[in-house]
Amino acid sequence: MFRRILRQLLYAAALILAVLVLNFLLIQLAPGDPAEVIAGEMGGASAEVMAAIRQQYGLDKPLLTQLGLYLGRALQGDLGMSYFYNRPVVDLILSRLGPTMLLVATALGFALIVGTRLGMLASRNPRGIASALVTVLSLVGYSAPVFWTGLMLVILFGATIPLFPIAGMIDVVKQGGLLSRVLDIAHHLVLPALTLGLVYLAQYSRLTRASMLEVLGADYIRTARAKGVSERQVFGRHAFRNALLPVVTVAGMQFGAIISGAVLVETVFSWPGLGTLAFQSILARDYPTVLGILFFSTLIVIIANLLTDFVSRLLDPRLAGGR
Amino acid sequence: MTDPVLDIRNLKVDFATRRGTAHVLDDVSFSVAPGELLAIVGESGCGKSMTALSVLGLIPSPPGKVVGGSILFQGRDLTKLRPSEMRKIRGGDIAMIFQEPMTSLNPVFTCGEQIAEAVRLHQKVSPRAAFARAVDMLRAVGIPEPELRARAYPHQLSGGMRQRVMIAMALSCEPKLLIADEPTTALDVTVQAQIFGLLDELRQKTGTAIVLITHDMGAVAEMADKVAVMYAGRVIERGPADAVLDDPGHPYTRGLLASIPRVDADPDTDLPEIPGIVPALTDLGRGCAFAPRCPLAVDACHAAQPRHVAMTGDHSAACIQLEPREVPA
Ligand SMILES: Nc1ncnc2c1ncn2[C@@H]1O[C@H](COP(=O)(O)OP(=O)(O)OP(=O)(O)O)[C@@H](O)[C@H]1O
Ligand code: SF4
Ligand SMILES: [Mg+2]
Repeated sequence: MFRRILRQLLYAAALILAVLVLNFLLIQLAPGDPAEVIAGEMGGASAEVMAAIRQQYGLDKPLLTQLGLYLGRALQGDLGMSYFYNRPVVDLILSRLGPTMLLVATALGFALIVGTRLGMLASRNPRGIASALVTVLSLVGYSAPVFWTGLMLVILFGATIPLFPIAGMIDVVKQGGLLSRVLDIAHHLVLPALTLGLVYLAQYSRLTRASMLEVLGADYIRTARAKGVSERQVFGRHAFRNALLPVVTVAGMQFGAIISGAVLVETVFSWPGLGTLAFQSILARDYPTVLGILFFSTLIVIIANLLTDFVSRLLDPRLAGGR
Repeated sequence: MTDPVLDIRNLKVDFATRRGTAHVLDDVSFSVAPGELLAIVGESGCGKSMTALSVLGLIPSPPGKVVGGSILFQGRDLTKLRPSEMRKIRGGDIAMIFQEPMTSLNPVFTCGEQIAEAVRLHQKVSPRAAFARAVDMLRAVGIPEPELRARAYPHQLSGGMRQRVMIAMALSCEPKLLIADEPTTALDVTVQAQIFGLLDELRQKTGTAIVLITHDMGAVAEMADKVAVMYAGRVIERGPADAVLDDPGHPYTRGLLASIPRVDADPDTDLPEIPGIVPALTDLGRGCAFAPRCPLAVDACHAAQPRHVAMTGDHSAACIQLEPREVPA
């Protein structure tokens, strides 16, 4: 148990190191003098400024020394300065991390909770409403790109039935206590979270249905029936717990994809998160920020994988033994 | 003579298949009294498990359906019960253990939880009391350190242990009838003997009637009070164990008994096997289902299904050779 955790942490550390090295190399590989790249959009830096940048970033030193310096700074939480925003990259990212995590967590939670329940209900009656819903959802979910779903929702709820705000996270006009602010954010969250979650809702409901149908043929389901368990409990307790295992694994593996999906959704809904930041930084060729975001999303995915592993072990005692 | 706990009369079960209706059970009749052990024997696919599942109302339906006969349990016809009534009986008055101990327990719940669940389904007790009962049951079926094992997950136990857990679960609500469907097939020989011993002991202690489905004729000879021999979905011979084993009336039963290895037999001689295969249940024809393989078959065997003919006492078999013949003058 302890050794397994240690191994996973070592693995995570190696991965983080690899991403940092990759980041460093990307700066080196960018066309032109790294100093010019870094100077970037500062607009016609003078010779003195260039020299200052060179010295500040140690660009006059050998490559390996530079890598060492870069890693040293990164480990101290210094990923450089953003020129576009003129703030330390780490500060900038941390200020945007909250809204993104809120969006991703809400979308994922919605997709997982509603999707697995829907899949379970669908497995109870292959001809029922739930099953039809799963089929339609998967058709839409698999074929429609996220930005299309987003735009449709914007048109529907922004223009036709204006129920939910279609941009931003907070109404600047409204001021009030904590509760009204929370409600305001929740209100703004509905459409982006729905857009991001819908694709995964489709996938998880289908996966759960398939997984349920497989589990229902198992011997232990027959045992449950033979001891008098009601059909409701057979589905909702005995089969569902087992059917969840593959869904959790898939959801964990998809975490990276969900984050890149968030970039699109945030852009569509002007959600003030990492995605919008990434989009703007790319347009502004703000390399330190772009690479910083890359680094942070790797970090998030690594943490998500550790979490998935943990949850799987909670759900499946056969894994918990650490076989 | 006591009233039977279970009295199956002319049970008929059909399955809708792509190749037509399969008569999976036809004219299955037998009865078991309290404390009695009835063994069902017969080749693979003859309908032993289907008979057991019908009693619990667990035939996969569709495609399966009880189309005739009755299953009287303590005088009530189980085929006529509503699902909610049937559920109360399942695991309560009638319990079942299955062939595959490795896969018959739910991997995500502890053994104790699974037994406690059975208890709580049939008795109004607190979760704590149910768990205590689970530990007691584990102790009763001879599991060492029952408190510890109650908290173990199925994958942490051996096959023999898991089958004991299944038995503990089945017996936790003091059933009047226990159906054991090949409970030892997947286990080592020594463990097999232990499980059989356990079943026999529990029956004598609690007076539970047992229907034991098995291929182990040795166990049948040792433990069974009664035997029902099945072939192609029919009970073709039934009666007291001694009578059926010592004086089999049906050619199929004789073949089955001849194919048992004897301890004193020369290991080099091949076992006699019954030649031929079981006919498809979708087209059994009108006559005796065993006719294509029967060494004694005559034309009349193909014409009509032989009726059960009483031999001595309760011992009967369905073969026309046993029917009294009219001697031509
Ligand atoms: N879903 C089904 N559709 C059609 N026929 C079926 C179906 N399930 C089982 N059967 C048939 O029912 C018959 C009886 O099966 P059953 O499982 O009762 O045999 P068994 O005597 O228990 O055999 P074994 O010793 O192998 O366990 C078999 O011939 C099988 O082909
Ligand atoms: S009825 Fe005929 S075919 Fe059937 S077992 Fe008797 S002799 Fe054989
Ligand atoms: Mg069977």
